[in-house]
Amino acid sequence: MIAAPRLRLSHDDWRNLRTALPFVLPWVIGFFAFTLYPIIYSLYLSFNQYSGFGDAVPVGIANYKHMVSDPLFWKALYNTGYYTALAVPIGLVVAIVLALLMNQNLREVAIYRAAFYLPSILPLFALTFIFIVLLNPRFGAVNYFLGFLHVPTINWLGDARWTKVSVVILAQLGAGGPALIFLASLRAVPVELYESARLEGAGPIRRFWHITLPLITPVILYDLIYGTILGLQIFTPAYILVGGTSGGAAYTAGPENSLLFYVFYLYKNAFQYSDMGYASAMAWVLFVISIVLAVLIMRWSRYWVHYEAD
Amino acid sequence: MPTPRAPLFNRLIPQSLYVRVGLVLACVFFLLPFYWMANSALKSTAELSTFPPTLLPQSLRFENFVNAVNYIPFGTFLLNSVILTAGISIGAAISNPLIAYGFSRIKWPGRDFVFGIVMATIFLPFPVLIVALFDIFAKLHWIDTFLPMIVPAFFGSPFFIFLMRQFYLALPGEISEAARIDGANEFQVFLFIILPLAKPAVAAVVIFAAVQAWGEFLAPLLYLSDETKYPLSIGLQFYRQSHDVAYNLLMAASTLIVLPIVALFIAFQRFFIQGVTAGSVKG
Repeated sequence: MIAAPRLRLSHDDWRNLRTALPFVLPWVIGFFAFTLYPIIYSLYLSFNQYSGFGDAVPVGIANYKHMVSDPLFWKALYNTGYYTALAVPIGLVVAIVLALLMNQNLREVAIYRAAFYLPSILPLFALTFIFIVLLNPRFGAVNYFLGFLHVPTINWLGDARWTKVSVVILAQLGAGGPALIFLASLRAVPVELYESARLEGAGPIRRFWHITLPLITPVILYDLIYGTILGLQIFTPAYILVGGTSGGAAYTAGPENSLLFYVFYLYKNAFQYSDMGYASAMAWVLFVISIVLAVLIMRWSRYWVHYEAD
Repeated sequence: MPTPRAPLFNRLIPQSLYVRVGLVLACVFFLLPFYWMANSALKSTAELSTFPPTLLPQSLRFENFVNAVNYIPFGTFLLNSVILTAGISIGAAISNPLIAYGFSRIKWPGRDFVFGIVMATIFLPFPVLIVALFDIFAKLHWIDTFLPMIVPAFFGSPFFIFLMRQFYLALPGEISEAARIDGANEFQVFLFIILPLAKPAVAAVVIFAAVQAWGEFLAPLLYLSDETKYPLSIGLQFYRQSHDVAYNLLMAASTLIVLPIVALFIAFQRFFIQGVTAGSVKG
């Protein structure tokens, strides 16, 4: 629980504070130098025209005004929203289903656990390289196997309708981590609850809905917030998929800019167009969006998160 | 914990057959990238572009690995990746056990409030900071050095602090009390009593830090422009953009990048699993 610091300190309090300070000091310094100061500094930059060299020129709210009328900003926001709205719920369902499957009394569960978890620790950039080959419409495995199911050939990375879906699928390779967290919380559910529900004649679906699901809602909440914040940051796969062999600064971010995610556009503004002021304004808008979404999810969670009264 | 697991669907599906089918199908999805990477890495360029694709290479072209390493300046990129990973891991190993100690084994006024701030920064998107951080590091003349990536690791990171703190909190307070009565100061208690007990947690932190550093893409992309300083992540992408890298060589290089992580996972599986689930039930 977070409690406000007490104001009147006893002798012991002071001594403990002095003892603890050297331990936590590195974090305090790092927090100010690498987190708090950059946030404030980028707020300052967002009201300036700044190329990264020379002096920043104050321009008032011009960067924010530009944002409103910049179609690429809205495109980037739309793409990111689209991606996050797909990737987060799907990721949640995949992780819970994997956890439920692993929670059965199977002897070889350690094998599944390893198979699901391993891809989540692999470098995302390497997985993206693999996806380029895997999703290739001609010699990729995915279309080849889908062909057996009579699915028509999909140009995963070349068709604007499918590029974001491809990144959503790629993101599911990271589901093993959350699945393990869900598995741990499933195993913490008291068995007696299931036994008594069974005696009252509740079937497996009702037992899941009324016992399992409520008890894992705190983990769902954490996963929703963390997943959403991560979703808003999506960058690496898009950068790699777009970069390709064409190079150059003029290229669009994937077919019809369909992979122009928010952070990608922010990056382009800052480091390709040298518009640090505009990029800072975008960074602050992203910061505010993240906080607002996190607060909204927290508020909403009051209606469905089940806290154990003990 | 050897508590019996809840037999959720066992009544419905006696042989757990459907469960196994589901698990195996999921395994296919999660392992398909490995299979296709290895399969493509070992094919000839001609075979790679045939349709339908061959499910196993007709002839194993192990020379693809040699060619990939020679064609891409793999050695340079690898050395940079190793330096970065080592630096970040050392930073994480020193800072996080120390910081977490101050947030768990000593009770000071406002501690839990400040720890709340630590936890809140987990949810702060890193890209929000990149423009300002770049400008700060540029003014420090740290661009084109590894410092912007390694130095912050020496100041702790919230998830690792949390992980260490969970471990410390589970250790009984009497251990520290006994040492204090014997005249040890707090740093001695930390270094000689608590830290040796916390080795598994430190190992988990180092392993996670190393895995993260190995895969880091955005930070090197921002702070490095001299290609001789590139790690594997942006080095390989840069090479793809400037030269044509054939897909079999790209997959061979990817295999070499993925392999150390797979080896690390096989060797230290226990630490990974414990690290992921640490405090997840209470959290």
